[in-house]
Amino acid sequence: MATSKSTKFIFRNLKSTKFLISRSINHKSSLTNSLFPRHLLHTISLPPLLNQTKPSVAYSGWFQAVYGGRRSHTATSFSDYVDQLCTEAPLQQELNFPGGKVKFTPKRIFTPGSNEERINCYRVLNENGEVIVDSDSLKISKELAVKMYTNMVTLQVMDTIFYEAQRQGRVSFYLTTIGEEAINIASAAALSDNDFIFPQYREPGVLLWRGFTLQEFANQLFGNKYDQGKGRQMPIHYGSKKHNYVTVSSTVATQIPHAVGAAYSMKMQKQDSCTITYFGDGGSSTGDFHAGLNFAAVMEVPVIFFCRNNGWAISTPISDQLRGDGIVVRGNAYGIPSIRVDGNDALAVYSAVYEARKLAIEKQTPVLIEALTYRAGHHSTSDDSTKYRPVDEIEWWREDQNPVKRFRKWIENEGWWSDQVESEHRSSIRKQLSHAIQAAERVEKPPVADMFNDVYDVPPKNLNEQELLLRENIKKHARDYPSNAAV
Amino acid sequence: MASIFQGIGAATSISSSASFDTMKLQFSSPRSISGKKANCVVMRSGGAKMDSGSSRNGGRADQLVTNAVAAKADTPAASTASKPGHELLLFEALREGLEEEMERDARVCVMGEDVGHYGGSYKVTRGLAEKYGDLRVLDTPIAENSFTGMGIGAAMTGLRPIIEGMNMGFLLLAFNQISNNCGMLHYTSGGQFKIPVVIRGPGGVGRQLGAEHSQRLESYFQSIPGIQMVACSTPYNAKGLMKAAIRSDNPVILFEHVLLYNLKERIPDEEYVLNLEEAEMVRPGEHVTILTYSRMRYHVMQAAKTLVNKGYDPEVIDIRSLKPFDLYTIGNSIKKTHRVLIVEECMRTGGIGASLTAAITENFHDYLDAPIMCLSSQDVPTPYAGTLEEWTVVQPPQIVAAVEQLCR
Repeated sequence: MATSKSTKFIFRNLKSTKFLISRSINHKSSLTNSLFPRHLLHTISLPPLLNQTKPSVAYSGWFQAVYGGRRSHTATSFSDYVDQLCTEAPLQQELNFPGGKVKFTPKRIFTPGSNEERINCYRVLNENGEVIVDSDSLKISKELAVKMYTNMVTLQVMDTIFYEAQRQGRVSFYLTTIGEEAINIASAAALSDNDFIFPQYREPGVLLWRGFTLQEFANQLFGNKYDQGKGRQMPIHYGSKKHNYVTVSSTVATQIPHAVGAAYSMKMQKQDSCTITYFGDGGSSTGDFHAGLNFAAVMEVPVIFFCRNNGWAISTPISDQLRGDGIVVRGNAYGIPSIRVDGNDALAVYSAVYEARKLAIEKQTPVLIEALTYRAGHHSTSDDSTKYRPVDEIEWWREDQNPVKRFRKWIENEGWWSDQVESEHRSSIRKQLSHAIQAAERVEKPPVADMFNDVYDVPPKNLNEQELLLRENIKKHARDYPSNAAV
Repeated sequence: MASIFQGIGAATSISSSASFDTMKLQFSSPRSISGKKANCVVMRSGGAKMDSGSSRNGGRADQLVTNAVAAKADTPAASTASKPGHELLLFEALREGLEEEMERDARVCVMGEDVGHYGGSYKVTRGLAEKYGDLRVLDTPIAENSFTGMGIGAAMTGLRPIIEGMNMGFLLLAFNQISNNCGMLHYTSGGQFKIPVVIRGPGGVGRQLGAEHSQRLESYFQSIPGIQMVACSTPYNAKGLMKAAIRSDNPVILFEHVLLYNLKERIPDEEYVLNLEEAEMVRPGEHVTILTYSRMRYHVMQAAKTLVNKGYDPEVIDIRSLKPFDLYTIGNSIKKTHRVLIVEECMRTGGIGASLTAAITENFHDYLDAPIMCLSSQDVPTPYAGTLEEWTVVQPPQIVAAVEQLCR
């Protein structure tokens, strides 16, 4: 991968320096032999003699097993030895099991499935677009704020127009990010260009932020010869190596282990960057999610797991997807620092991702962010969400909780934006988009050769044969094949 | 109608780095043939009566060994000392190849269950974690889908991981990642992201390991576009294929066999890399082409001894490259002998043999004097009981009978 920093190739890599000591020290004390579990030794204290002066048979049998090593060292008889030990030591309060010390309790208490109070949600801007007093937030410059806002608007307009293009039959498929503009843009703004993005499919805003042009988006939707993916993937499956945005793969949550692997790669090469992967509440149920989080924690790699909890997985509401307090509580179970953030609050998302990135890189740890939001649009153009959810619920989130509106209120209060600039920007984007669509529509589709390239690094014999066969067929039956594709 | 295929001399290679050695290697195979003939243990299996002539090899026929794995026979001390190269077992050859590549390129890393300090379930990665650190030789939790996905992510961002499945059968859990991402992402990203992973592990029928641990994954994976598959069978080709797979920019699945890890062979001291798409000529012949790979190679060579004594001259080819097939070598052989027998461990339905039969029929139909015969395992899960297990695997007497029938 081409990064601006030189990559150092390291010869010998260690997972963690934390556990180095326990592995390399070889206790050669008289108490231990190689069979004896060292970690059990130093914390085993003997229970006191209660009312007896001699331990029971079963009891002494236990000691025998534990102190097998010591026995050979001392000359005293075993029962004398045990007697002596019994009078000295206090009750066992805790035990060093594999994995660490655990305290005992005589109370048989089951921890409840979920706590009464849910984990709090970090928010900076209230619903009126005002910064909450005493909020932990980062000051952002006018330039950055305006750039964030204009990108959010661009994303919104882009979604509307491309969606309509699909409805008109010009594009075969589309899926919108309506309601999640703050998540897309603010998280992208908080990252650096070296950070690798592993998207699910509802994050085109991240790519937009990094500089992917409207024309390039349109080219991918139409699958024409200028498409970065060479017309091989469905619409909205964007990918751009230049922007460190890995091509979208339709399979849900398979990108989570990819992000962990890429973070591992960065750790191996000691790079000053992290990876981020996005997924929804539905994606958090997959096997890849659990194994990916667990593994990232064990390996201590710099990856940000960003869950867009928008309440719906196609038609499955969150109540049918999971019990328990959302996704943020799972982080703790895997040993990952986590935060729940208001996904419709651009400043909170920015601030959370910024800090998460710092934490991930400096401490070499994964971080879990759960952004609560709402999928204000349909799942995709193949879906009509009014069939399974009330229209007024959709409307409420679209209007009152709209992240774009909230952020606009804030930048207008700061004096950095106005109605006029807004309408200028919107109409400019609309014009650009219709140009882009028209241009993309007219461009030729990729040539036949692109069907066979890139399956391998160099096409093998069998694919060359198959290509020749296809070309012969096309020549023979030219009328049965599309005319707008170069041969 | 013979189809078009290119290639003069050595088969055209997909990865350029491996091609320099192919000419040398094609000529080196006669060495292994003569070596094999002298060292094959002649077996008496089941109730099959062998020719008295087969006991020519000085009393070896008296040894009853339960499977046809060619072990190196005792050779006179003088000849051992004077031969060049060094002797090692197949798993050591794999390790040697792996270590050389890790030394050569700091981006090569290994991940899998118990590959680190434990050294791998079959000891292929023994000693590597101590040398390269426990991050570069990484122990993973039990989540094949996840660590395969991890390897893919790492490969897309610059590393060259080798993903070890403790047993090939476990990689079924990783099928989603292998099929949908590993094979596809180079293509669907428009060539922007490449995935130079090697996925390897032992498969095949072992010694009473039960059905779940006796899977032949090559039949399930062979359809996935974008991946290459190779199967090693000797220490020599194990090391060479391991190195070639690591150097290849395509995802490669390297199939090893549980029962072949302790094969001993003398391999060259100097560095060599084999061609991933090339088949190996094990024994040239005139009468019949026997195509096989992995452990079945040894059953075939066993049967070849009997066949030679009966007057047949089989040509034995270890196809090695399971995807794509080396139709050049195979085609030349068929043009010479006009009879084909495929011996495989896969199930009858949908196995490598089935695909190979189709490919040969399509391309070389005119050259065949008899229908292609394919000996495979039955379409049953591999039983545990030793006798039942033996019956599911193709044994040398069956191969001899098949050749006799073909050459009638």
